[in-house]
Amino acid sequence: MKSITVFRQFGEMLVAIAIAPLFAGWIAQCRAWMQNRSAPPLIQPYRMLRKLFDKDVALAETASPLFRITPYILFGTMVLAAAIIPSLATDLPFARAADAIALIGLFATARVFLSLAAMDIGTAFGTMGARREMMIGFLAEPALLMILFNAFLLFGSTALPSLVDGYRAHPSLMDPSIIFAAVAFVMVLLAENARLPIDNPTTHLELTMIHEAMLLEYSARHLALVEWASNLKLFNYACIGFALFIPWGIATHSADGVVAMLISDAALAIKLIVAGAALALIESLSAKVRIFRAPEYLAMSFLLAVLGLLVHLLLGAKQA
Amino acid sequence: MPYTVPILNLLAACLLLISFAMLSRRRTQRLVNLFAWQGAILFLSTCLVAHSSGLHELYYSAALTLLLKVIALPLILHRLINRLGAQWDSETVVNIPLTMLAGLVLVIFAFGLAQPISMMATTITRNMLGIALAVILLSFLMMITRRKAVTQVIGFLAMENGLFFAATSATYGMPMVVELGIALDVLVGVFILGLFFFQIREQFESLDLRNMENLKED
Repeated sequence: MKSITVFRQFGEMLVAIAIAPLFAGWIAQCRAWMQNRSAPPLIQPYRMLRKLFDKDVALAETASPLFRITPYILFGTMVLAAAIIPSLATDLPFARAADAIALIGLFATARVFLSLAAMDIGTAFGTMGARREMMIGFLAEPALLMILFNAFLLFGSTALPSLVDGYRAHPSLMDPSIIFAAVAFVMVLLAENARLPIDNPTTHLELTMIHEAMLLEYSARHLALVEWASNLKLFNYACIGFALFIPWGIATHSADGVVAMLISDAALAIKLIVAGAALALIESLSAKVRIFRAPEYLAMSFLLAVLGLLVHLLLGAKQA
Repeated sequence: MPYTVPILNLLAACLLLISFAMLSRRRTQRLVNLFAWQGAILFLSTCLVAHSSGLHELYYSAALTLLLKVIALPLILHRLINRLGAQWDSETVVNIPLTMLAGLVLVIFAFGLAQPISMMATTITRNMLGIALAVILLSFLMMITRRKAVTQVIGFLAMENGLFFAATSATYGMPMVVELGIALDVLVGVFILGLFFFQIREQFESLDLRNMENLKED
């Protein structure tokens, strides 16, 4: 194994860990601007994390070891996911270990642990949040799988790096199914990351919470890790979207050297800035739906993904 | 142009996407906006077909689409809806997820049905016949599953969009006279239906078409 690939692999992981809070801060800033509020500074999430790491943990008496381990498991799974997703380069040693279906399994693992930890203390809100999270999760996962199948059909591979390589090899390939998959993906991204049509990330009302309700019992460094993990999750989802739909600029296997790395860095930065603004716009324009409407919302994204498959079969672009 | 067919395919997919979005929307004004978008995509695809096939007639029908379906009809419908105060149409006969599922089945049916027909067509856009058929059937489904008169009219207009798209993709459009006639029919139809809305509301104090069943004499 070349040392450059190892360097790339760890570079990509470190970039993901470092940038994820910044991305969350950028979205918060855009939202504030669009809603005519004065925006928090970009580095606000980092300040939050530092403040939380400085504090002492207040732990419930009934907390089991599971409750204490969960933040580390969450953070670990999200970092591993960031290592698998080709956000900067496709030539990654880790990416060969797991394809996109295993990636979804990784996200599911994190979800199971977070839900168990939320129920561990035994408070009503934690249990409620965990149940809601599982409901959203079990509806969002098949939709996400269908979206990925759309891309898999195009290139006959379930690994994200080979999808990106395939796109780069056939830049003129435009398949109409991509539109359906992209719309469905944005819907799933919003639902999975506790964003506005399904969950309000900034709410203070426990009864409407989904994601936040599960974190109510966490404090200090545990809370910091969980928050950081959810920032990483959002970053990872955005990078999956980039790999599936706009893979321009990602350094491929054949590309070598500093220039390709710089191009991929710049491309990722531009895509994150645009995607963050777009997410903030969608969130500002949409109102939170009732929890019982959430299945309808996710069923729609599932149907769109299935439609994408159908459209591909009818008028899919033939691979050169 | 090497990119004509892929772009046309993308536009056709957008058309189908908008049809599904129309099925899922509850607010009437959103429906009108979606209808305008559908017209805009129709305009673009007709222009592309005209450019690639070199038929100048198609430019006229594209311009007609732009004038009528993107500008005039949405304006008229918005004014009608504001006057009638009929912004909401939350009542559907079947709930929305089921409607969407039915829509999916219709799309499969339309694609299957169009497959042998499109084999016989010689145009570059023949694959899109399936999508045009699906758009027609989906608009039909919207007319069936909605209770308010305004939404049914929007469904009717969307169906006309689908027919127009079918004509462009299968045979490079209808003769100009026919197209002008249809355009005029649609315009007059919307005016007359607008009058009907006021009559219906005056009679029943609502635009719910279930009330019409009371008119039956036993």
